[in-house]
Amino acid sequence: MSALVSAAGPAVVLSNLRVAFGKVQVVDGVDLTVERGQALALIGESGSGKSVTLRAILRLFPESRSRIEGGIFAAGKDVQALGKRALADFRGGDVSMIFQEPLLAFDPVYTVGQQITEAIHRHETITKADARKRALALFERVRIPSPERRLDNYPHEMSGGMRQRAMIALALACHPQVLLADEPTTALDATVQIQVLLLLRELQRDLGLSIVIVTHDLGAAVEVADRIAVMYAGKIVETGTAHQVVLDPHHPYTIGLLRSRAEGALEKGARLQTIPGSPPDLANRPAGCPFAPRCFLAEERCQTEMPPVGEIAPGHRVACWHTDEAASAYRAGPTPVRAIEPLPA
Amino acid sequence: MLLYILKRLVAVTPVAFGVSIVCFLLVHLAPGDPLSAILPADATQQTIDDMRAAYGFDKPLPVQYLIWLWHVLHGDLGVSIATGRPVLGEVSRAVVNSLILASVATALGFTFGVLFGFVAGYRRNSLADRVASALSVFGVSVPHYWLGMVMVIVFSATLGWLPPTGAGPDGSGNWRPDFDHLRYLILPAVTMSVIPTGIIARTVRALVADILAQDFVEALRAKGMDELGVFKHVVRNAAPTALAIMGLQLGYLLGGSILIETVFAWPGTGFLLNAAIFQRDLPLLQGSILVLAMFFVLLNLVVDVMQTALDPRIERA
Repeated sequence: MSALVSAAGPAVVLSNLRVAFGKVQVVDGVDLTVERGQALALIGESGSGKSVTLRAILRLFPESRSRIEGGIFAAGKDVQALGKRALADFRGGDVSMIFQEPLLAFDPVYTVGQQITEAIHRHETITKADARKRALALFERVRIPSPERRLDNYPHEMSGGMRQRAMIALALACHPQVLLADEPTTALDATVQIQVLLLLRELQRDLGLSIVIVTHDLGAAVEVADRIAVMYAGKIVETGTAHQVVLDPHHPYTIGLLRSRAEGALEKGARLQTIPGSPPDLANRPAGCPFAPRCFLAEERCQTEMPPVGEIAPGHRVACWHTDEAASAYRAGPTPVRAIEPLPA
Repeated sequence: MLLYILKRLVAVTPVAFGVSIVCFLLVHLAPGDPLSAILPADATQQTIDDMRAAYGFDKPLPVQYLIWLWHVLHGDLGVSIATGRPVLGEVSRAVVNSLILASVATALGFTFGVLFGFVAGYRRNSLADRVASALSVFGVSVPHYWLGMVMVIVFSATLGWLPPTGAGPDGSGNWRPDFDHLRYLILPAVTMSVIPTGIIARTVRALVADILAQDFVEALRAKGMDELGVFKHVVRNAAPTALAIMGLQLGYLLGGSILIETVFAWPGTGFLLNAAIFQRDLPLLQGSILVLAMFFVLLNLVVDVMQTALDPRIERA
């Protein structure tokens, strides 16, 4: 583990991460590595545990109501071992986070500028004027027009896209190595979404940031991410480079996600493909593969035995008993993939 | 900001006029002839008519109102029928006393209410929360005249620590800030503070719990703020609402303390109103109601302005 807490190791390593709230095991054994300067997208539907995985990197849950197990290493630190003070220094200093709804993530009764300088003062000993100067430079960096004036805006006085830019400026205020983004574009207009994604991509390149972005939007994931990890029911079912996952998926759930997109020119009257059923109740996890009840390839073994993670190609890992059938079903093209009825138990 | 205050002042004027009309009419709608209280039962019709004319009760109501308003605008609230002294003097002395009592009670209520509310809101469903919540329910629901009597029984009659009634040792209606007078203030102020304590505690508890559940609190933690740093944000977010409630409570206590002031014979507006009602002292009644209503209007204005200063989302145009 010593390599993980050195400055040269990967930006984020999660090893067998498990997060539970009460009896509900929301994240169930996640292994993940984000190399330095890389962007990784965690995708999956609501309730798949992707946001919880992201927050676990900052241990952002009330300790009395949550249990985090497994290894969390980020920006060269063993997050599980950090004390209260060190954890607060780590948050925003080494690893920072941007949120889905920037209007709610800013305190409404302080100006945006105040909230940025507050973070700078929290992490560094710096004069007020210098903190303000840094905030101004950050606003220019994220290309907020008339930045001097905008610093004195209250959050409700900005547009959605501008607020998210300001949120990014706040997150970058103390030169973090890792940026966590929780659905950063979900609350924005379509035209603004792409601008924010491009900005993230640019910052990652220019500042050497490592980014973990949580999204349910495959398009957004492809836009910013070098690698994609697909989550289902608290487990990672497929990881690989963005190309591997999107062009050559080997897990039936990934295939379902890809098929359910309204991609390109959809024929008029054509129905959008869906994944039948709904995610499992995490308080009563099925014994085998959690996706089995909804899977078009499921057979008896899937219901009883959790498939191990296998490596399809270098860096492309999938947890499924039927990776080959899944991949060829996808390659076979537009034939609609229909789910079979759940097997009798 | 100044423009906003001016605008609010202009908006308040029609309200004040409305209030004056209501005050004037309310008293006239009430049954009972004010003169019957001061005239002997065997007064002749001639005497009654003379007195009527002397107090202006023989003129039609609108005329009476205009005459009254004219005098009020000149600072003349008339002469008390019962005591023969100017109403303004009586009312202002009572207002000062009530203001002292209400301010101390509100300050106590605010302090304890905010304290209980924060503890309960921060540690929801803990023992501290349950105790604080139980206390605030008790504070809101206990009849305070009863509580006042219990306080008198315990601290005056049984223990003999504090005087039971009045505003000072000399029996006069003038409270002074010294130790002897302070002892007279304690029982009514504590009794009176129980209600605002309960109301403020319940409001602040809900407020704090609501603020702590908001996304920006998580965002504050995510940027490395410690508990003290988060606490400052919670306070700043809770302040406008807490202050508004406090202002309204002060208003209620200024006018709504008839029972407590009567139990403790505290020479304030409640006590005065009580006396005016029982003696059918019309000018005194009108005058004190008007002054109290104006206080309310003024207090609302102050609270509005303070809220605007504290919360940028309230439009300042």
